[in-house]
Amino acid sequence: MILLAARCVFVWLALAAAGSAAAQNEAGIARRSTVEVISADARALPLPLKSGIEFSGADIRATQADDFANPGMLWVTRGEKLWREPAGGQSKSCASCHDDATKTMKGVAMRYPLLDPGTARLLNLEGRILQCRERRQLAELFKYESDELLALTAYVRLQSRGMPVNVTIDWQNREHFEAGREIYYRRIGQLNLSCAQCHQDNWGKKLGAETLSQGHGNAYPVYRLEWQTVGSLHRRFRTCFSAMRSEMLPHGAPEYLDLELFMAWRAGGLPIETPGVRR
Amino acid sequence: MNTPARRRFISVLAGLAAVPLLPVRVVRAQSDPFAPLVREFTGGAPVAAGRVTVDTPRLADNGHSVPLRIRVESPMTVADHVRRVTLLSERNPRPVIATFHLGPQAGRAEVATRVRLNGSQRVLAVAHLSDGSYWSGIAEVEVTESACLDAT
Amino acid sequence: MVARVQLPRAAKRGEVIEVRIAIQHVMETGFRYDNFGRAVPKNVINTLVARYNGVQIFRAELGSGVAANPYLQFYTVAEASGEIVFDWVDDEGRTGSERAQLAVTG
Repeated sequence: MILLAARCVFVWLALAAAGSAAAQNEAGIARRSTVEVISADARALPLPLKSGIEFSGADIRATQADDFANPGMLWVTRGEKLWREPAGGQSKSCASCHDDATKTMKGVAMRYPLLDPGTARLLNLEGRILQCRERRQLAELFKYESDELLALTAYVRLQSRGMPVNVTIDWQNREHFEAGREIYYRRIGQLNLSCAQCHQDNWGKKLGAETLSQGHGNAYPVYRLEWQTVGSLHRRFRTCFSAMRSEMLPHGAPEYLDLELFMAWRAGGLPIETPGVRR
Repeated sequence: MNTPARRRFISVLAGLAAVPLLPVRVVRAQSDPFAPLVREFTGGAPVAAGRVTVDTPRLADNGHSVPLRIRVESPMTVADHVRRVTLLSERNPRPVIATFHLGPQAGRAEVATRVRLNGSQRVLAVAHLSDGSYWSGIAEVEVTESACLDAT
Repeated sequence: MVARVQLPRAAKRGEVIEVRIAIQHVMETGFRYDNFGRAVPKNVINTLVARYNGVQIFRAELGSGVAANPYLQFYTVAEASGEIVFDWVDDEGRTGSERAQLAVTG
């Protein structure tokens, strides 16, 4: 017991020394050394890892499994059309460069969010699509959460359906990962709760009539019954932030991208289910 | 002291005490919320309970979208078929959810859709058959509010 | 409006087939308010008709009690090869249409 305490103190001191050297990353989020102690011991994953569909009712499970009844497929249908639609200065479509998405986009979504080597920006799939649209197609950007962006994102992610979420954390994206983890464990809002308190510590338990999931993003963009439409993972973050009576960050905010990276690491191994159906 | 004012006061009190013994209107079972709607649909013709099944989850995942299936026992021949089915809600702001027109070419009197339910309630399906008769089926659904506020 | 239709590509004459349609439509109830406090006007798909080789086989009168992105499933008897055409209209007068082919043998 004393040895364990001593080991914890040693680890804490070592990390505090390392942490104090760079107490704030570029996003201005202070890195708290105590967070390192929690995760130094264990990967701190919810085990066994379960997708949100396992916490959903029978009707939602049936709807997601039925490719016709799944309302998200209406957006995928639109995305398939948009993939082939020429746009921008040179009238290029996604297909002009990427050909048949069912072949070329297979497995792509597994690795997102990732660092774009050209710009050193952390990009999620929406960000990648927008970057392509701006720099390659020279076309007008879609608004975040627009039908078009949701449709294209859902269509591209569908090509990786069934494949495991698989992001690698290395020296290049480590800071984003740490920032994302810090947000995950940070208490927010008037309710003063962190993501971890519900989705890490209390998954499987009831919140009203609902069962708390582990909070993974593997099925996004998702048709959420509460929204009566398809929505992105960042919209889901905003939902949670508003639920905690915290100020919501805008879609595509760097904090949300960092959080998305951490969550992708946390969901590692879970199958992509896009387009998912959730309550 | 037994003043006239005091006697008046006591008699008023006695009168008030008697009020609970007066016949009170029983609000519940006697007024069926579906009755006036059904009357409008059938033009006053009698509706028999039976032959119509309404399949819904007992507990809805979300009131915005509740899967619902209506089935009517009918051979669906030219001589004997379902002409139309109307779905009524007990608590929605607009009580008529939908009306489906079928006919002998349907082969099977079965329609499935997804409905909005504004809180826990019963839904009633009334079928109008080719012989002019009306049949109904009912289902009860529990609908809860979302656990968390959503300002998006 | 994005819409998807599903029915078997082929059937035997006299067979009862399952027909499904899903339409992307907000089915605005008219009870919501926007961020400025203005009531969002009601706009739902109010009528949907399915015709098989020109003959009506199904008609749905829908209200705001039908969920957004309406989904309908019904049945019809396969008679002759041909086309099933779906037409619908919403409160704003916007129309939509989809069609699917059916090959009937025997």
